[in-house]
Amino acid sequence: MNILLDWLVEPLSYAFMQRGLIAAVLVGIVCAVVGTYVVLRGMAFFGDALAHAILPGVALGYLVNEGAREPLFWWALGTSIVSALGIGAISKKAQIKEDTAIGIIFAGMFALGIALISTVRSYAVDLSHFLFGDVLAVSAQNLWITAIFSGLVIFTIFAFYKEFLTLSFDPVLATTLRMPVGLLNNLLLVLIAVTIAVSLQTVGVALMVAMLVTPAATAYLLTRRLPYMMALAAALASLAGVIGLYLSYYLSIASGAAIVLTSTAIFALAWAGRTLIQTYQQRSLAAT
Amino acid sequence: MYPHANHKEDQPILDIQKLSVRYDGRYALDGITFHLHPGELVAVVGPNGAGKSTLFKVIAGVLPLTSGQVSVFGSGPQAHICIAYIPQRNQVDWHFPVTVADVVMMGRSAKLRPFSWPSKRDWELVREALATVEMSDLAGRQISQLSGGQQQRMFIARALAQEAELMLMDEPLSGLDNPAQESLLSLLGKLQQKKVTVIVATHDLEQAARYFDRILLLNRRLVGFGPASQVLQPEKLLLAYGGRIQRLDTESGLLALDDNCCDGSDEPL
Repeated sequence: MNILLDWLVEPLSYAFMQRGLIAAVLVGIVCAVVGTYVVLRGMAFFGDALAHAILPGVALGYLVNEGAREPLFWWALGTSIVSALGIGAISKKAQIKEDTAIGIIFAGMFALGIALISTVRSYAVDLSHFLFGDVLAVSAQNLWITAIFSGLVIFTIFAFYKEFLTLSFDPVLATTLRMPVGLLNNLLLVLIAVTIAVSLQTVGVALMVAMLVTPAATAYLLTRRLPYMMALAAALASLAGVIGLYLSYYLSIASGAAIVLTSTAIFALAWAGRTLIQTYQQRSLAAT
Repeated sequence: MYPHANHKEDQPILDIQKLSVRYDGRYALDGITFHLHPGELVAVVGPNGAGKSTLFKVIAGVLPLTSGQVSVFGSGPQAHICIAYIPQRNQVDWHFPVTVADVVMMGRSAKLRPFSWPSKRDWELVREALATVEMSDLAGRQISQLSGGQQQRMFIARALAQEAELMLMDEPLSGLDNPAQESLLSLLGKLQQKKVTVIVATHDLEQAARYFDRILLLNRRLVGFGPASQVLQPEKLLLAYGGRIQRLDTESGLLALDDNCCDGSDEPL
């Protein structure tokens, strides 16, 4: 018992681990709640692309501030909101299919980001920081920003709960109820954009989509109502954040990757469990 | 609560004048004119691509019209929250994590203020609506576990919770077995007693003739509108369906058409 306790407490003696744990849980919760809508509305590709598209903004901020990492959140936030609303507008009147348009624009922006960062001498280190994040490098100030913006996003999701629910399930109903459908759609895009900016430091650009979709998809398998799906997704994401960080500490694995791998393992367990139960139920049905 | 217009009770519930809708240079609807009074039960019939779904979506204020006028109690449909559009069943994500009661409650969401949650009265109305469609015992069920008839009745309950006065139902009967069709048709009668005006798109001309007050025969243009005896005439049906009619025997009321499906997929939106 004592050994287990020591094993759990030891990493907490480091301030960076404490901050990292809080950040991983906060980011996990906000990503999971917003991710519920990403999963239900089939926006996983949009989320992935948007995360990649903020790279040029972040790179520019990095160059302008000569390597300081504190102001990068604001650059990420600006770029992601502009990109999200931009793609929202383009997909409405594009001559080509929406996913193709997203692919072209966002891959282009990602390339621009890489090009910008490659002008710096410490290219490889900086790039990998943006790509994969580093939750253990979260500063106290980062943590405050994360907490405030996560709180804002979750508050907005709850304040417009019935609107987002109706709009996601049946957009035609939302229109006949004369809800401001365009405004609400854009609001949801902004919420996804803010979530991505908040999560940048923790998981980086490349693994962002896993934070958005994996816990929400796991909860989708296990629940039948939206509030429960959101709550369970948030709980699973927090759990994955904590387990992932401990794995990262003891096995010396990159923190973002450890969190995402844990989340993926939880999904695999849930999927296997559900499949087993369904097979069992079908067998017992067939037997009767 | 979202903005909506007051009803002018002396106006028809639905008044359509010279309505035309064009997509990509092609007319989906061309010069449609008719009006309805509260409590009417109307069937819209016509071949695939006749513009039935388009007509419904324009009436619901979801799709813009090219020319002409649609008014509901004297003002444009976009000013009203009393119009319910009941979707075709294959256009719904049945694995969405909501229960029957959740879906019916969505009908209340326009009456609630922003930032507010359903009150006791809202839940009361949801319970009443479910009782009317005889689904009280299924309130807590996840929607993927409903039969086709139950799915359709759930949407009618949602429209009741919305306090809709005009319900547009896109092919509600197709794909249902006979008992489910019967129960849905008797529910339409109940709606009529509540003074709800109901417009139903259907493929079954015999059912249209038997259960509906008036029939609107559509093929982009309005071919006929009135009681079955006037509208289901051989020359009109030929005009609407063209060569697609295989057998026509109006004296016995039997009509067989080479037109047994419709998912509306050839129409935009």
